[in-house]
Amino acid sequence: MQDLLRMESITKVYPNGVVANRDVTFAVKPGEIHALVGENGAGKTTLMKILFGLEQPDAGSIVYEGRHVRIPSPHAAIAMGIGMVHQHFMLAPSLTVAENIVLGAEPRRGPFLDVQAAVERTEQLAKKYNLPVDPRARIRDIPVGMRQKVEILKTLYRGARLLVLDEPTAVLTPQETVELFAALENLKAHGHTIIFISHKLREVKQISDRVTVMRRGQVVGVARTAEVTEADISRMMVGRDVVLRIEKPPANPTRPVLQVKDVRYRSELGKEVLRGVTFSVRAGEIVGVAGVEGNGQLELAEILTGLRSAHGGTVIIDGVDATNAPPHRLRAMGVSHIPEDRMTHGVAAKATVEENLISDRFHRPRFQRFGVLRRKAIRDHSLELIRQYDIRTPGPTAAVSSLSGGNIQKVIVAREFSSEPKLIIANQPTRGVDVGAAEFIHRQLVDAARAGAAVLLISADLNEVMALSDRLLVLYNGEIVASFAHADQVSEEELGLYMLGLKRQAPSEAVAV
Amino acid sequence: MKSEVGFEILRTLVAIAVALALGYVIIYLVSEEPGYAFSTLVTGPLTSVRRFGNFIEMAIPLVFTGLALSLVFQASQFNIGAEGQLFLGAVAATMVGIAFQLPPVIHVTLALAAAAAAGALGGAVPGLLKARWGANELVSSLMLNYVYYRLGIYIINYHFRDERAGAMVSLRLAESSWLHHFWPPTRLHGGLFIAIGAVLLTYVFLYHTRWGYALRMTGINASFAAYSGISVGSVIVYSQVLSGAVAGIAGGVEMLGILRRFQWQMPPGYGFDGVIVAILARNHPLLVPVAALFLAYLRTGADIMARETDMTAEMVTVIQSVMILLVTAQAFLRQYRHRAIVRASREANA
Repeated sequence: MQDLLRMESITKVYPNGVVANRDVTFAVKPGEIHALVGENGAGKTTLMKILFGLEQPDAGSIVYEGRHVRIPSPHAAIAMGIGMVHQHFMLAPSLTVAENIVLGAEPRRGPFLDVQAAVERTEQLAKKYNLPVDPRARIRDIPVGMRQKVEILKTLYRGARLLVLDEPTAVLTPQETVELFAALENLKAHGHTIIFISHKLREVKQISDRVTVMRRGQVVGVARTAEVTEADISRMMVGRDVVLRIEKPPANPTRPVLQVKDVRYRSELGKEVLRGVTFSVRAGEIVGVAGVEGNGQLELAEILTGLRSAHGGTVIIDGVDATNAPPHRLRAMGVSHIPEDRMTHGVAAKATVEENLISDRFHRPRFQRFGVLRRKAIRDHSLELIRQYDIRTPGPTAAVSSLSGGNIQKVIVAREFSSEPKLIIANQPTRGVDVGAAEFIHRQLVDAARAGAAVLLISADLNEVMALSDRLLVLYNGEIVASFAHADQVSEEELGLYMLGLKRQAPSEAVAV
Repeated sequence: MKSEVGFEILRTLVAIAVALALGYVIIYLVSEEPGYAFSTLVTGPLTSVRRFGNFIEMAIPLVFTGLALSLVFQASQFNIGAEGQLFLGAVAATMVGIAFQLPPVIHVTLALAAAAAAGALGGAVPGLLKARWGANELVSSLMLNYVYYRLGIYIINYHFRDERAGAMVSLRLAESSWLHHFWPPTRLHGGLFIAIGAVLLTYVFLYHTRWGYALRMTGINASFAAYSGISVGSVIVYSQVLSGAVAGIAGGVEMLGILRRFQWQMPPGYGFDGVIVAILARNHPLLVPVAALFLAYLRTGADIMARETDMTAEMVTVIQSVMILLVTAQAFLRQYRHRAIVRASREANA
């Protein structure tokens, strides 16, 4: 059968030099539900933005319904019958459901909106596709699952035959997810084609006909969903092609540095993201948190580093209550943080390397006197760290944005590790960096722990958590569903079952953490 | 980094050239004597000492307001209230100039300190509103202009008005508060040196102090600043306060150096011009004088052109607008730049 859509050899380079898609070929057949999976940062969203006309590819071509096309804008995409349901809904909260659905293509009576016609058309659409909504309700008054239906109806109203759903279940309750899937099956029965972006493999398995897996900006596999297991897909996603081996002297943990008790967090939409997480990390050990992304890892890391406030529970650092303490206080207590999104939190990209290396310590007497920065000390400091951490840069005054991803990460690692931290929170520390830089960062993590720091390593990369961690926790759906006293005694397969929520330890099995 | 700077300079020069070319086209279409009108516009400020003086003296307030806007822009904040803060500064300097009799240097210092304080207070309001309640500083600073303007007019009219004068003006400032004209017949005054000092101080503040560092990091990436432990809220407040102070000094210097009695019935517009100067200077304090001189040159040339030919001075606003549009348009010449990045990335991965 001929492809409905074929994106051929797409390459996209962002102005900061990040290569989001490299030579990606992605094809969708008419009438199928096609899952597009991969970690955050794998390039899924960029690919879909190109499809929807929000970004332009730097190389490659798009064939849609048998013709070569250019998609210069979302407007053009919509005209071609491509609809996108964004992760963050694009609805006007103060307008009604019907008004939102017809927005941009309103039925009119003279110069005015024909409210009656809008309501009728909404009802017809809702009936046809079995997506029941109340046309007269205001968006701000209806629950998230309903809003999503409105988004889908909106794209259908505009004539979409190919629908892209960007992580549609991320904000839904299980019941709402069941309803959504029924609706998607129904759409498929009406001849629509659906691209379903997700990293929840169980859902992918349940709903999709075929699956394309992306990793690090490239497509690593395409399969009929029925012919692969969740474990197969997960292997492609996290990519444990070669088993990582790291020289690691045995841990000799001492006092507990981080004690997390019953930490809870609710998203703005009211979803329970962390449901009472309890664990501790001792000086001298690396505790790994494994899990598929989106199970509460980001929220946990941000709560521990002051970027987000927990809604319940306590965080104790070195015996002092540090629950919801602001970043400057946590840093003063010796907490370092390698953030998941390095360009958002980790660096000021347009600032120089040396400026980025002092952001947490510029106020110390070594770097300023009476408020005046000591240029020489700052320069010496940066030269020292550039050498010690092998940062490949033209010099200390080069803009961070001009460095490669791996070297940007090294700038962050250099800063966060050189402050003699007591506690290091490392979230996806080697995502998107080259092998050499990753190896170097792993070495640094082990050395820091053996030198007496407590390290919490959060990673979706199985290889990484298994090789580096002394103890291992598995986070699934906001809960710690398993804990292992020795990370090296767990098999990959077993870990996978916990990560995907297919298995969980009974309280008696769990090792006290 | 180097290629980035080079690209920005190129972009600005191309924008200026395009704008001037468009100005020429308009003059050509409208004027009876286009060659003369255009050459007056372009060379007018250099044709006599007095005109040269006009050109430099006009640049002085633009340097201050350009600095004021650079300060907030570097923090990724906005301050459309520079106009009102400048107005407050002028009123405060007038009050001190009229109310006291002091030794000259002390009187000037006190008057300008009052101007700075008034402007700083004016800037503190939108800053605090933003830091505390997230109120958009663009809106609040813009609306406060009207408050400050009316407040200033009230103070002058009800407490410092010269009853004998025909117009609504204040009493004359005491001579001890004047910034003296040092190069007759021009009106170039001591404010020139204060402006140069302000440029250097702003530069040192932004690039050589811990507060300037925190301000710039917040401006480049506020999430990064917060992550690093910098208090983003306090940066917002002090960037607005300092910006207000510099704008206030601009108003004070105009009073002490040029007008010597308060005679503005309307805000003079320098606060808004500061936006143009800061954008042309890419918010770099050391480039602010260059941008201010350029804009002042254009304005002075336009005035001369209006007096001597059949063109009106408003014609330069067209040139200004085109320039600003092109400089701020993200997409202008971006293709050229992006191709270079893609090429570099290909080579890196080859």
